[in-house]
Amino acid sequence: MFSLESLTTLVQDWLTKTFPPLVALLFEFVIVGVLAIALFAALGLVLVLMERKVAAWIQIRLGPNRVGPKGIFQSAADTVKLIMKEGLTPDGADKFLFNLAPYIVMMVAMLVLAPIGFAKGFHIWDINIGVLYVSAISSVSVIGILMAGWASNNKYSLLGAMRSGAQMVSYELSVGLSVLSIIVLTGSLNINDIVLSQQNGWWIFKAHIPAIISFVIFIIAVTAETNRAPFDLSEAESELTAGFHTEYSGMKFALFFLAEYINIFIVCAIGATLFLGGWMPFHIGNWESFNHIMDYIPSFIWFFGKTFFLIFLIMWFRWTFPRLRVDQLLNLEWKYLLPISMVNLIVMTLVAIKGWHF
Amino acid sequence: MFIVDYLKEVYSAVKSLLVGLNRTGYYFTHHKEIITEEYPDNRETLVLPERFRGEVVMTHDENNEHACTGCSACELACPNGTIKIINKFDISPEGKKKKAIDTFVYHLELCTMCGLCVEACPTAAINMANTFEHSVFNRGLLTKRLNNPDSKLKAGVE
Repeated sequence: MFSLESLTTLVQDWLTKTFPPLVALLFEFVIVGVLAIALFAALGLVLVLMERKVAAWIQIRLGPNRVGPKGIFQSAADTVKLIMKEGLTPDGADKFLFNLAPYIVMMVAMLVLAPIGFAKGFHIWDINIGVLYVSAISSVSVIGILMAGWASNNKYSLLGAMRSGAQMVSYELSVGLSVLSIIVLTGSLNINDIVLSQQNGWWIFKAHIPAIISFVIFIIAVTAETNRAPFDLSEAESELTAGFHTEYSGMKFALFFLAEYINIFIVCAIGATLFLGGWMPFHIGNWESFNHIMDYIPSFIWFFGKTFFLIFLIMWFRWTFPRLRVDQLLNLEWKYLLPISMVNLIVMTLVAIKGWHF
Repeated sequence: MFIVDYLKEVYSAVKSLLVGLNRTGYYFTHHKEIITEEYPDNRETLVLPERFRGEVVMTHDENNEHACTGCSACELACPNGTIKIINKFDISPEGKKKKAIDTFVYHLELCTMCGLCVEACPTAAINMANTFEHSVFNRGLLTKRLNNPDSKLKAGVE
């Protein structure tokens, strides 16, 4: 059976045999970097096209259908256009911060990629505090956004950035609490351990109602945290033109745009890992033969399938719900999501202690 | 009680969100009826609704006769001076002078397709056509004469 783990061990063995350990490590860094960048580029192209197609189908339209068969090269053509465009820096802007901001947002997205397990035995960095690392690093991206809004010297950009800051600070709590409720069950922050704990069923099925509630809260909160509609107050094209990236053009704008989609991918990957078992195939308890059949589907297909299912869910939200006002946004977090997720965490702890889950 | 109201609110909110998701999910999974047109490709088969207002035209019958008496009601009704009617006086066989239309000038470039002229016309001489591909390279081509050359008033229209 094909697995990515054998491929990585093959490369590792060959490198350590041929080169001294330090050079082999450097080569591995280069390979990982190239793979990460390739993944980013591919994800950017695929997700932008997917978003436009999903939007079109939901609105009874056809979507992009001119460039290539069924419009599959549309996002590639858009990328080429953005690369050719001039990256303008406004006169009144703080030039250094203005040019730095997109790279910070992008770097944060890249850093969060590190502990995610893409397939069985296929991850960049298997650290024992994976989930904590992800939740810590992902909140740095708000600094990039604030930096962009401040440095643009534009009232719309600043407003968008401030809104984004308020939004991230409040929704971080719900994300943390709903992640915690799964950590309570697994007892480990290591992403690999979390996946392995779902060997006999995914947590969303095993821990029944509290897990479903925390899954829903997680999806709502990460939608807010990635600044997507219905929580796209920091962009809000009808109020703030484009929010924090109003003044950006060309490739710098493309980096913000790309970072948005990469962030969606990452939060959906985390959601899939915590609630839907990551790369773990669909297993039911002790049905050995059924589990064995499911194991024939390679683990990276399971991982990407689940992640793209969650991405589709978030896109579905975007094209269904209208944007919230600022006060409604904060009401939703502080009056509804936070109390509910706190109570849910207590219930989940009880479930974990009493062993009421399967 | 507060907590009951709170839970009711959460329940109704979730329910209404699910109703919305159900609707868009239905559209997503039933990808058959498309409301947009693939315009330049389906030019031959394009069907526009009858109420579509593309430009003002004057209807002429097979004898090259129209129903315009030159009353200039349309010219008065037009909010932005799109129509200019130039009249002449025909001499009837009895030697009477009779007002008739010489040129019906229509400035398409000024027209907002509001259709007020069509509503104002007492004899239904003009109406809105379905054509909409009006782009030209010379602005002068947009100033049109609506009555055909040598056309005359239909008998019996006053």
